[in-house]
Amino acid sequence: MTARWALYLAPLVLAACSGADEPQQTGDVTQLPQPQRGILPSMTIAEPADWGDRKPEVPAGFTVTAIATDLAIPRQSIVLPNGDILVAEGKGGGDAPAMRPKDIIAGYIKKQGTSSVEGGDRLTLLRDADGDGTYETRGVFAENLDAPYGLALIGNRLFVANQNALVRFDYVPGQAQASGPPVRVAPLPAEINHHWTKSLAASADGRFLYVGIGSNSNIGERGMAVEEERAMIWQIDAVTGAHRRYATGLRNPTALAIQPGTGQLWTVVNERDELGPDLVPDYLTAVQAGAFYGWPYAYWGANPDRRVRPFKEEMVSRSVRPDFALGAHVAALGVAFSSPVMGSGFGEGAFVGMHGSWNREQPVGYKVVFIPFRNGRPAGEMVDFVTGFHVDGQTFGRPVGVTLDPRGALIVADDLSNTLWRITRNGPTVSQPPRSAAPEQ
Amino acid sequence: MATSPHPDRYHRLNPIIAIPVAGMLPLFLGAALSDWAYLRSEQVQWINFGAWLNAGAMVMTGAALLATVVVGLMVGGTWRQWRISLALLAATFLAGLLAAFAHARDAYATMPDALIISVVAFLLALAATWAGFRGDRR
Repeated sequence: MTARWALYLAPLVLAACSGADEPQQTGDVTQLPQPQRGILPSMTIAEPADWGDRKPEVPAGFTVTAIATDLAIPRQSIVLPNGDILVAEGKGGGDAPAMRPKDIIAGYIKKQGTSSVEGGDRLTLLRDADGDGTYETRGVFAENLDAPYGLALIGNRLFVANQNALVRFDYVPGQAQASGPPVRVAPLPAEINHHWTKSLAASADGRFLYVGIGSNSNIGERGMAVEEERAMIWQIDAVTGAHRRYATGLRNPTALAIQPGTGQLWTVVNERDELGPDLVPDYLTAVQAGAFYGWPYAYWGANPDRRVRPFKEEMVSRSVRPDFALGAHVAALGVAFSSPVMGSGFGEGAFVGMHGSWNREQPVGYKVVFIPFRNGRPAGEMVDFVTGFHVDGQTFGRPVGVTLDPRGALIVADDLSNTLWRITRNGPTVSQPPRSAAPEQ
Repeated sequence: MATSPHPDRYHRLNPIIAIPVAGMLPLFLGAALSDWAYLRSEQVQWINFGAWLNAGAMVMTGAALLATVVVGLMVGGTWRQWRISLALLAATFLAGLLAAFAHARDAYATMPDALIISVVAFLLALAATWAGFRGDRR
């Protein structure tokens, strides 16, 4: 026992002196490693540092610009029809009572790797009136919200997923400030709110909203009573607010996106912890209506997780295997479908923002990746799109939401440096433009 | 064997040590029983209760360990079983620490390690308490 204890304490103490960085399995994974379980989980907490003169790194042919700084914990954004950008700022949760001594200690440790800025509980609107890529106007569209996260626009209705309710604002193009307080469309499960983020997407026909609701624990260690209506995606009628369970067993569906053309709902999900550094992969998947994706009884298809008690054996075989593994502990928090405006290399597929790991010796994530698609399905290897957030043990930023600007840019929210990044394609047809090339428009 | 001028002086355990030693014993016992209750019932609140009882026991064990070092150094060689008491308390502390790590796992990942280590910690605490209260026989 002592030997095993020492083995697992060592990585905690000597996190900085670690060895080789082994690549994680991604894509259509069929064989997962065995679970590992030690006395202490390994951890490497992000060490926040200022960007200074640095910037994130982007592929050749793209330029990255900070279009807004000093935000108050930006998470998700939406590009409105007139090109304005709305950013949801907030920090939820935190009301969960400490259940065990571990909760106090782990809470303190994790806090070290995040921003100390208070969540804004607001929507900030950014406007680039002359289209030069500089967002010269910045104002508060709405405030006094409750940890807003997911955003969706259906016609003249702007929907915001607060941590406790789905609300709606009236919106007319060009509007810079909400005309009044929001109308409550539907309450959302909010008790404890261990995973508080409520992701949001509107169906292609505008009839429904999909809301991703995270679990209230890692794998049911608060008891299953508090997991009622958690770890699932709700489908909510945009008019009546009535909801039904659309898909279940999704531990923390942190971002949703509707695939252009097909109208198919996709999500990125953060999977469970404490099964070792390479388990369980976070994933990107098309969401099948009515499907059960395993949490908490199984993961990545029919791999049982017997830490959950009372265990339900019959749930294991029901568990659907997701489409695309993003790597364990990468903490995918954003997803956006691309379009041909991003150029031939990045024109068909999905961008995924990865917040980065904390409970893994070798940090992973801390970047935005691109998953190429063909015929509407992931096809090929995941490639880096924005990197440089975590370099040499220092963490400058942590990507969250990613949003496609149809004018040919990707918007990336960074909730560590409180920055909104915009990655633009330098020219519509040039493959290797000069470095000084101006952003398009 | 030389007789002490005050044969009764170190016979009884100093209250500074006796109080935390007496405190750790029921707490370790409670932790082991709570762990057992979780194993039997799969009700998660039992393992949480066990984690807190173990944490309380660790506070007591730490205080007892510190008091034993201080008192032992002050009375010097006149407390002949000092080293045994100290060693048993240190072993109890180590077991309690391992039990805390085992309790920190999520849900049933605690089992059966948490229960086994809790029982070991209780037995060591029992031995340490016994050795402490037994005092020196002269």
